[in-house]
Amino acid sequence: MGRYIVRRLFYMMVVILVVSIITFGLMHAIPGGPFSREKALPEETIKILNERYHLDEPLWKQYVSYAYAVLIPHITTIPPSTSLQDDFLVNAQIGSVWFRWMNFGPSFKSRSRTVNDIFRDNLPISAQLGTMALIIAIAIGLPLGVLAALKQNTLWDYFGMGISILGVSVPVIVLGPIFVWVFGVALKWFPPTGWGAKPPYLFGFLPSKLGWDFFKYAIMPSVALGLGSSAVIARLTRASLLQTIREDYIRTARAKGLQERVIIMRHALKNSMIPVVTILGPLFAALVTGTFVTELMFGIPGMGKYFVTSITNRDYPVIMGTILLYAVFLVVANLIVDITYAFLDPRIRYD
Amino acid sequence: MTQVKIESAILGSGGMPLTQKRESLFQDSLRRLVRNRAAVIGGTVIIVLILMAIFAPLIAVKSYEVQVLVDQNVVPAWIIKVFPTMAPYARISNDYPVGADYVGRDLFSRILYGARVSLAVAFIGPLISLIIGVIYGSISGYFGGRVDNIMMRIVDILYAFPSLLFIILLLAFFRSTISDIQPGTLAYAFSKLDEAMGGLFFIFVGIGLTAWETMARLTRGLVLSVREKEFIEAAHTIGASNLRIMFRHIMPNILGPLVVAETLAIPGYISTEAFLSFIGLGVNPPTPSWGAMISDGAQTIRSYPNQTLLPALALAITMFAFNFLGDGLRDALDPRLRGTQ
Repeated sequence: MGRYIVRRLFYMMVVILVVSIITFGLMHAIPGGPFSREKALPEETIKILNERYHLDEPLWKQYVSYAYAVLIPHITTIPPSTSLQDDFLVNAQIGSVWFRWMNFGPSFKSRSRTVNDIFRDNLPISAQLGTMALIIAIAIGLPLGVLAALKQNTLWDYFGMGISILGVSVPVIVLGPIFVWVFGVALKWFPPTGWGAKPPYLFGFLPSKLGWDFFKYAIMPSVALGLGSSAVIARLTRASLLQTIREDYIRTARAKGLQERVIIMRHALKNSMIPVVTILGPLFAALVTGTFVTELMFGIPGMGKYFVTSITNRDYPVIMGTILLYAVFLVVANLIVDITYAFLDPRIRYD
Repeated sequence: MTQVKIESAILGSGGMPLTQKRESLFQDSLRRLVRNRAAVIGGTVIIVLILMAIFAPLIAVKSYEVQVLVDQNVVPAWIIKVFPTMAPYARISNDYPVGADYVGRDLFSRILYGARVSLAVAFIGPLISLIIGVIYGSISGYFGGRVDNIMMRIVDILYAFPSLLFIILLLAFFRSTISDIQPGTLAYAFSKLDEAMGGLFFIFVGIGLTAWETMARLTRGLVLSVREKEFIEAAHTIGASNLRIMFRHIMPNILGPLVVAETLAIPGYISTEAFLSFIGLGVNPPTPSWGAMISDGAQTIRSYPNQTLLPALALAITMFAFNFLGDGLRDALDPRLRGTQ
């Protein structure tokens, strides 16, 4: 297991490296730079700006210095300054020595912010939204699937599967406006736009106050985002559980007179979770990208806006930062999923 | 003859008596598909949508692009009944079946023409990803060994790329590269083609370039499972070429699951296009797309909900139809899954 994880970690790094190279190449291949304007700036100004941000250097050199700033920890005795060029994500002080790591650079578009500022202020909001949506997806999807499987071909089953096909067929950009209008405008249950948490955050991403002021903003977007995923979970859980309860060992468990509840909870459910865990990886990816649409739809100040605008603005550090962040999220999620397998199914051995 | 038919209807596809008329795999699947009510409804809705999209110029009374500024945001009387909050301020004009948008274009004909975009994506998207994915996956699966290893590692890496973000990046790249290229080159031809298709061409390319990975993996797995069968060995012994074995012997055996997977992926392609149009990277205006209409309407959703909710409804109905048909196709082509999925 240990060797497997080490190998996977190495493989993850290769993936991230390739993703970063492709993104870097592609974004620099898009014509126009971060300082192209409708009304063109004087050539001199652009030249000075390019020099300042090292955009006049050859591409490989820019890439190497970017990778250096992000990856290599800086160990200095100089305390952090307020310069935009000198903003690290990790700042740890050990004695008089500063251990500083991950400088994603300044944003070209908003002159007073760095990519790390975006990570600190806006990423937590996206993370809160994504986490809430994931909780909702599992909280709705799992019981619905189990119920449908245990009461196969009854009204419960049809109801559960009906809900789930609804969830699969109605994407956020459809559900979003419906929710906004029905619950936000017509019934006035929830505020139609906005978000209820502001920095500073607990542990860097949790809202500092969890109350109605947070949930009244969070409920609509999280349900809109999570419903589609809950449908996927429900369908898979149902299919998998139906297969499992026909296995021989379930019959054995019944034969030795175990309680139905114990049979379902301990024997059937745990074994039927393997295929469900498989899709948690892609599901997580869908939720992460889904947060963009949801944020745009509900006016939530998360990362989504930055991702889309950074590309049209040619804001190179923000493009790189956001794409790398998502890529890291996805590969880590996949790794966790694979490790969970081994826990659920001892027959799976990674060597 | 009738006797046999009744018998087969009673016995279903499970235990077929030997006396029964032989059915081809296709007929058998078709029969099962037709018996699935949800799939039939889905299929019917899709056919109606296709007809509406084709005959849009005949059905739509008004143009989808002509802006009548005096008719901005007007609604017909029945809309007020559905959305009573609009009563105090809305201007009523029964000239428009479902109202006009913020620049006074007929919403009904825009929704109608919007079906063209979504359906085009629904049919071309799978085609592209199927072609690339099947070729790539079958080469990888058929030759195996080192080739397989390298080809699959490449897919793994591309898979880690968040695909929606990749499409956005690609579209930004295509759209802006094209604006300053010389006539006579291939890129110029592409840009002209894209212009002629209202911006759809690059959406196809974007979807095709990201969606093939799943198909490639699936194809490879299927090829691997068929490759070791006796009839392939037999084909090898009588000296059939690799190409012939791939297309004549392997392909027919793996096509079913591939078609099912693609049908189930269609709603995803449709929503990808809608999403791209929603963030303004989709079709070029004034080509109507449901995603773009939802995005435009979302600005005024508090005052004119019909401008967002109607295209959203059209999108949802289309997605429903494809999901129902996809589910039915899977059950019909792969009866082992019936009752479990």
